[in-house]
Amino acid sequence: MSTATTPIEHAAPPGSRLRALLHRLRGGDEVAHLVTLTFAALILLITSLLVFELWMRSSPTRSKFGFGFFGSSVWDPIGGDFGAVPFIYGTLITSILALLIAVPLGLAAAIFLAELAPRKMSDTIAFLIDLLAAVPSVIYGLLGIFIVVPMMRTMIGPALKRTLGFLPIFKGPNYGVGFLTASIVLTIMVVPFIISVSREVLLTVPRDQREAALGLGATRWEATWKVVVPWARTGIMGSIFLALARALGETMAVTMVIGNDPRVRQSLFAPGYTIAAVIANEFNEATSDLHRSALLELGLILFLITFILNGMARLLIVATGRGGGHS
Amino acid sequence: MSRALLIWRKFLNVVMLTLTGVAAFLVVSVLFLILGYFIWNGGSSLNLDFFLKLPRPEGEVGGGVANAIVGSLKLLLLAAIIGLPIGLLAGVYLAEFGGKTFSFLVRYTTDLLNGVPSIVIGMFAYSLAVVPVKHYSALAGGAALGLMVIPITVRATEEFLRAIPDSLREGAMAIGASKWRTIATVVIPAASGGIITGMLLALARVAGETAPLIFTALGNQYWSPGWNQPISALPLIVYNYAISPYDDWHRQAWAAGLVLLTLVLLANLGCRVVINRKGVRSV
Repeated sequence: MSTATTPIEHAAPPGSRLRALLHRLRGGDEVAHLVTLTFAALILLITSLLVFELWMRSSPTRSKFGFGFFGSSVWDPIGGDFGAVPFIYGTLITSILALLIAVPLGLAAAIFLAELAPRKMSDTIAFLIDLLAAVPSVIYGLLGIFIVVPMMRTMIGPALKRTLGFLPIFKGPNYGVGFLTASIVLTIMVVPFIISVSREVLLTVPRDQREAALGLGATRWEATWKVVVPWARTGIMGSIFLALARALGETMAVTMVIGNDPRVRQSLFAPGYTIAAVIANEFNEATSDLHRSALLELGLILFLITFILNGMARLLIVATGRGGGHS
Repeated sequence: MSRALLIWRKFLNVVMLTLTGVAAFLVVSVLFLILGYFIWNGGSSLNLDFFLKLPRPEGEVGGGVANAIVGSLKLLLLAAIIGLPIGLLAGVYLAEFGGKTFSFLVRYTTDLLNGVPSIVIGMFAYSLAVVPVKHYSALAGGAALGLMVIPITVRATEEFLRAIPDSLREGAMAIGASKWRTIATVVIPAASGGIITGMLLALARVAGETAPLIFTALGNQYWSPGWNQPISALPLIVYNYAISPYDDWHRQAWAAGLVLLTLVLLANLGCRVVINRKGVRSV
């Protein structure tokens, strides 16, 4: 501020007018500072209010069920008995399964883009992948209903049953909708995030690391897999957490293909439910305050999980960006 | 023995590197598959009626989604009014005034707000804007989308302001401008192209959001006059029509999806080209 007003002190005429002018100008800076500060603080306020609202409005279930909410798998809106287990189970199963497919696929693609592809081609593909990340989730849901579900019913499901049908996770009737279908749709949705972030992280690995490995006689793949990827592993973990947070909170696409059945079941072909999906389906038609409160508590759980994951992801990505990724 | 090992290593090298290429190709081809599928399925349903008429009653063939298109525009306008000023000013604070600890806190919270599942944002907007007045409204939907606009705008504003060289600020101050005058008349105008692009990107992102609208805007079969009634939106149409049992609604869901997808992708395409040219990474 002093740098701003110094030239004026020299130029303006002396006297009380100068002091008033200076005061006003200084006031202008103060006002601008305060106004922008207020809006920045507003973001903190909004976020805290979000937690507060969810916490307060979910008090009926919290006081009635306590921690029993996390141990019960009954979901009976009419009888007024609520438990979170089927939803937490469904959310975790679909997200983890999606990551099991998405991480190898995304990491491989990121390696190709960062290590092999010429820069121009890499940038173009990364650009297209960013576009893929911008596709609204309801669009993926539509594709899920009309493409993935029929494919699951006629191709993927039967094929899995023929080859791996002895495993308990592939037993039971195949409806087309269910955990596995939701996981496939989620995979398609989170892969762009993994690729985009991992590529950035891989590109920050210093050149001499690669060259040293190649100089020692490593093949291109060995240099990449044993030197470059371990160097970037913290950032890659960050991208995986980011993808996991996104998968856990994904609503529309999952709601449209999961089958909406609040039961814990072993078979991946079975219809299930996720936290986000049950909120989307039941919140409007909640039959009682207790029902609504149970849904709000589920929302609170979802919020806390994604909050923690996102926080961790940021820290990991920042840590790699500073070049300390290999410790 | 070592010769066999060498051959194995070379073989592994070729196989793994090829696989990475295949993975990249697979993922990119998904984008074109999606586009192609939507054009194939939705393109034939796009006609003048689709853009100009109201939805027909359940099960009847024909009609359009004119009210949803207008509804989406109204919701976006509200989201812009609610979210952009907060995002812009908070971004200005972070780039121009911010200290250390408080700025870190704001930045971190912004990132976390960005990661909040959209369905939770919907619940929050419901308890803020629907519960007190006891009915769904365009305002509530706009508020939900507005909340989601904030974090993206903050980050874009901050990044683009930081990209403005300090010499510009110093030049303005050297000829006697105060700090806020420098920011308002020199720094922000210099960064305005980028900031506006970031804002458009934020609006493009929320334009496709469905989850926050389900229990705020709700949807509407008819026109929604004013700002205080339930209102339809394109993503809601896609969702509701897709899960309905009627073939004609499925057809329209594809068409509405195609319109939505085209708008969102075009907005992203344009914005990202501008951002890439400016060499600043946002998001």
